[in-house]
Amino acid sequence: MRRTVSRRTILKTALTAGAASLAMRAPAISQGAGGRVVVVGGGFGGASCARALKQANPALSVTLVEAESTYTACPFSNAVVSGLRNLRAQQFDYSAVQAGGVSVVMSAATAVDASGKSVALANGARLPYDRLVLSPGIDMRWDSLQGYSEAVADIMPHAWKAGPQTMLLRRQLEAMPDGGLVLISAPANPFRCPPGPYERASLIAYYLKSNKPNSKILILDGKDNFSKQSLFEAAWKELYPGMIEWVPLSKGGKVTAIDTSSQTLITDFARHKGAVTNIIPAQKAGRIADIAGVGDRTGWCPIDPVTFESKLVPNIHVIGDASIAGAMPKSAFSANAQAKVCAAAIVALLAGEKPAAPLLINTCYSMVAPDYAISVAGVYQPANGLLTEFRGSGGVSRANAPRSERSLEAAYAEGWFRTITNEVFGS
Amino acid sequence: MTAALSRTARHLISIPVVSVMLIGSALAATPAPAGATSCSGCHPPNARVGTPVPQLVGQPASQIVAAMTAFRAGARPATVMDRIAKGFSEAETQAIADWYAAQK
Repeated sequence: MRRTVSRRTILKTALTAGAASLAMRAPAISQGAGGRVVVVGGGFGGASCARALKQANPALSVTLVEAESTYTACPFSNAVVSGLRNLRAQQFDYSAVQAGGVSVVMSAATAVDASGKSVALANGARLPYDRLVLSPGIDMRWDSLQGYSEAVADIMPHAWKAGPQTMLLRRQLEAMPDGGLVLISAPANPFRCPPGPYERASLIAYYLKSNKPNSKILILDGKDNFSKQSLFEAAWKELYPGMIEWVPLSKGGKVTAIDTSSQTLITDFARHKGAVTNIIPAQKAGRIADIAGVGDRTGWCPIDPVTFESKLVPNIHVIGDASIAGAMPKSAFSANAQAKVCAAAIVALLAGEKPAAPLLINTCYSMVAPDYAISVAGVYQPANGLLTEFRGSGGVSRANAPRSERSLEAAYAEGWFRTITNEVFGS
Repeated sequence: MTAALSRTARHLISIPVVSVMLIGSALAATPAPAGATSCSGCHPPNARVGTPVPQLVGQPASQIVAAMTAFRAGARPATVMDRIAKGFSEAETQAIADWYAAQK
């Protein structure tokens, strides 16, 4: 038995070595001989996937298409909003990705020819593919609230894509007089980073507590419960008593319209005027998903849970926030985990093999204060065409844990950011 | 007799060592077992990444399996690993541990 395994192993090793030396001798032929994969979107999903593809099979031709030369990460951007962190700490470029053999093209994807299997770019290029990976993240639904538009976000920022919007919200908080009301409008599920609005409220409260202690935060919510809710509420009571008020859907929390002239948020029951107004609107998959025809009526993209191949268009895979990943939340950790599973599946498919059923993990930290974090984790497996949470695993941080444990989770959270950004963008 | 026995013993010992090495090198080149690639979201590839989370790459498989078993049983203090360990069977854990142990 042991000997059989050894023989097979030797054979496999010899074949791999043979393929490698062949590739070295004939670079012109081997270029893309393993297949051509185009990845659109250079975030936690796309950049991870491009790197994983190249690492798994160096003979693959892998092209990463991304419009921006600098990526600004969303995780920890709430710490930027509240003045605890510089935006620079959120920013990464693609030099190491490129150095690893991925061809990085700075342009926007404008069209997908699914039957001819090619992507058209804004720079005029046309990239043929054997497999296309879309990791476009989110777009805002500008039509989801009466009176809302992209221009309104210049006054009432969403700050749900990190960058100028993050800094705009920060400057507004800095300019706000003590005693001001901060309004946060949170959307119904599903949306990017489910615990994000509540982490944001926490860290804004941290800033206000020491800088503008007479100020308050009002969260108007389009749903009746939220991620890590009991942990957040306990932490708010402990750290920021009386500062954060949450209005659920059933108590009239849903914002239905905006009066831009008076900067007022309107619900079915009341009008709320804030000194600073943060509207986190409903979202959908990034635009290229719609263009490629992989989005459904929900605005998100149904996928096969083993390969992340679109259920609507063959040879196109969708990962990250844009995908309908069942029980997996829309997080950077999920996108990165999905990217690696998708890459392995594509390598198998291009080799004519059957992709193995995966297991995926998600871990999401939320900072409530600089030395106080809580987490949610889960393990997911394909079942009935969806990714389902493995029963008996996962869940949130222990309730009533000592502060030392929250502090430890804060250290793990910062370590997580360094580790994952190193894997996605680092050398 | 003694010499022959010790040779046999040495031979018996050397076989598993050789096959472990061969399997190890093959694992590094073969696809990761289910769940393994998710771990590197938190666990760093080397000591240069500044994180309190321990490295899995190059750790003895027995050590990874023992830690996961203890996390699963609630026998080892944890913040998040107790919740994650419960999502993996013993066989899945062993496969992941073998794969990481074989990485450099």
